[in-house]
Amino acid sequence: MSEQPLERIDGRIAVLAGGQAPEREVSLRSGHRVMTALQSKGYDAFLLDPADGKLVETLSSATITACFITLHGRDGEDGTVQRVLELLDVPYTGTAPFACQITFDKVLMKEVLRAAGVPTPDWATIQAAAIRDLGAGPALARVSERVGMPAVVKPSRAGSAMGISFVDREADLPHAVMSALSFSDAVVVERKVEGPEVAASMVGTPDEPLPLVEIVPRSGVFDYAARYTPGATEYFSPARLSPEITEVCRNAAAAAFRALGLRDVSRADVLVDREGRPWVVDVNISPGMTDTSLLPMSAQAAGMPFPDLCERILLLAVRRR
Amino acid sequence: MAEFNVDPYVDLYARRTSGMSASEVRALFAVASRPEVVSLAGGMPFVQAIPAEHVAEIVESVLAEKADVALQYGGGQGSPGLRARLAMLMAEEGTPADPEDMVVTTGAQQALDLIGKIFIDPEDEIVIEAPAYVGALSAFSAYEPRYIQVDLDEEGMLVEQLEDALVHGARPKFVYTVPNFHNPAGVTMSRARREHLVALCREAHVPIVEDNPYGLLRFDGAPEPTLRSMDPRNVIYLGTVSKVFSPGVRVGWALAEPGVLQRLILAKEAGDLCGSSFTMLVTERYFEGGLWRRNLERLVGVYRSRRDAMLAALGEHFPADAAWTNPAGGFYVWATLPGYFDTQAMLAAAVERRVAYVPGTAFYPDGRGGDRMRLSFCYPTEEEIAEGVRRLGELLADEEELFRSLSG
Repeated sequence: MSEQPLERIDGRIAVLAGGQAPEREVSLRSGHRVMTALQSKGYDAFLLDPADGKLVETLSSATITACFITLHGRDGEDGTVQRVLELLDVPYTGTAPFACQITFDKVLMKEVLRAAGVPTPDWATIQAAAIRDLGAGPALARVSERVGMPAVVKPSRAGSAMGISFVDREADLPHAVMSALSFSDAVVVERKVEGPEVAASMVGTPDEPLPLVEIVPRSGVFDYAARYTPGATEYFSPARLSPEITEVCRNAAAAAFRALGLRDVSRADVLVDREGRPWVVDVNISPGMTDTSLLPMSAQAAGMPFPDLCERILLLAVRRR
Repeated sequence: MAEFNVDPYVDLYARRTSGMSASEVRALFAVASRPEVVSLAGGMPFVQAIPAEHVAEIVESVLAEKADVALQYGGGQGSPGLRARLAMLMAEEGTPADPEDMVVTTGAQQALDLIGKIFIDPEDEIVIEAPAYVGALSAFSAYEPRYIQVDLDEEGMLVEQLEDALVHGARPKFVYTVPNFHNPAGVTMSRARREHLVALCREAHVPIVEDNPYGLLRFDGAPEPTLRSMDPRNVIYLGTVSKVFSPGVRVGWALAEPGVLQRLILAKEAGDLCGSSFTMLVTERYFEGGLWRRNLERLVGVYRSRRDAMLAALGEHFPADAAWTNPAGGFYVWATLPGYFDTQAMLAAAVERRVAYVPGTAFYPDGRGGDRMRLSFCYPTEEEIAEGVRRLGELLADEEELFRSLSG
């Protein structure tokens, strides 16, 4: 995956990291790692935390060539920061604002996937406003009829598995819904798919998928601790799946990336059921870049060291100008 | 096919590290430490009340007069001069202490670790209060004990529960308690409970570990005698200057009878050879003369006003069916909410509204405490406390409404 030798990039690269979302800490780790990698490639990269309130001031300086976005969660992944960068006319890595906004919201994302025929597990949406203002609480009983049990309850707008719970019985649904609503104003209750989980990442266009990474959490659940405690999860890449199933997973992920209009870099989380069918359960426009993150593993399995991966993503943004 | 070993040593770690993992709550605290968030979570002393120029003078004099000692290793027990000062601090609370029975530690936290190290074999029983200081749980858990939890009420530990456990065959290695202005519960053990506990433990031949970081931060009422003063032979006493001077100097101590003391000193030397000679000298000089006392009075005044601000705000903004403790000193109020609240899940929403607290689950080893929260009044200003509690009250009202609608 070597890039054509490039015109020398002058100016500074702002690596956006931090922010005020619950994933602030993860983002800072991603950002620091990307900054160091870009510096090792000779770029004048520095960390810029939008929470410090100097985003516009700093980026208005003419010396900034591009932004590398490693913000995770709200504001960083939902199109907010992307719209600011559009206004300032600063090139940035990753997807354009509207597609970010849709992808970050699991309710909208799943609607788009379903409309495009991309397999995603059945779900029901519960909005806080419906419960508070419309007295729709009693309708919760319908959710388990619609979705079935066991189910996964997720905040519509959050990442890193925060606020997610698994529910085996209808009676546990209210508590799980309340927990998820702590992170977001809507929740998705999704049919639980039993089977191996893989991450499918792209760098460039949806037609350039990287090798799948198979995720095997030691605790059985890929929760926050399993994601960010080194050693708590085993990863295999390429995934230990048959060539046929690998192919359908990659196709499902690519179809999801296309349907959502993503560019440069993203990651889809795919579950494979007992019949070998893939189910896209999440898509991420700003995948983690920490030392336990999936996209960097995938790139490494494809023979692309981390600094090369970062440079490649950066150049996609710079060349767009 | 490649297996990605994010941590190649994962199969080599000791079993005791199994609880040491990344957590969602800790990630949320990273956001909560941002200046726009009113943090009622942390237990940071208000060190701004200690005049920096006073400490600067001390540091200067230490380096000018005793650089050879300050920059050198010291004995594992800690310098005699400092121990004499610490004994004097204990006398303030009416507790006789011989500096020879004392080992200086890196904060009282290190003493907790040393206690765990010298007493606990895997599967040993130890008694803790429920809730218990989270740092003690972290320190002890590394030695893999089984916890016997004894509940608290407004008068501190329910000693009858402990008696019951002993009658039914419990054989704990020690009983750990924070009798004054408990962290997190804010309560103080009554005289009757103290007498009962001391007699019971002496009878059962179970040592008491008395952790007393907040004793000198009393806002009102008369002090109760320390457990140590009631039974020196059976009580290991832990103290610290973190709350009356500075946590930055990392000076704490343990006071114990010779057998325990010797093991503590040897364990301490095995861990870090000795404490910081430099900060020990600074601390020793800080507690010479009378300035420390005036600083402490100022600190107590600040904390008292902040406690009052918090209690007033709780009365105004918290739901009628919530309850909270009324601490006569220390740093913390402990609030109990109706059972349907999940304070751990709610923390994200709280941080979103720019206020933080510590979910009650942190203070129990068994996942209880979901309907509790610890609120600190030590660091934020009175105005910030009022605003933080107001934000929290609004959130609780919204959550209650949500729950009522969800449960039909």
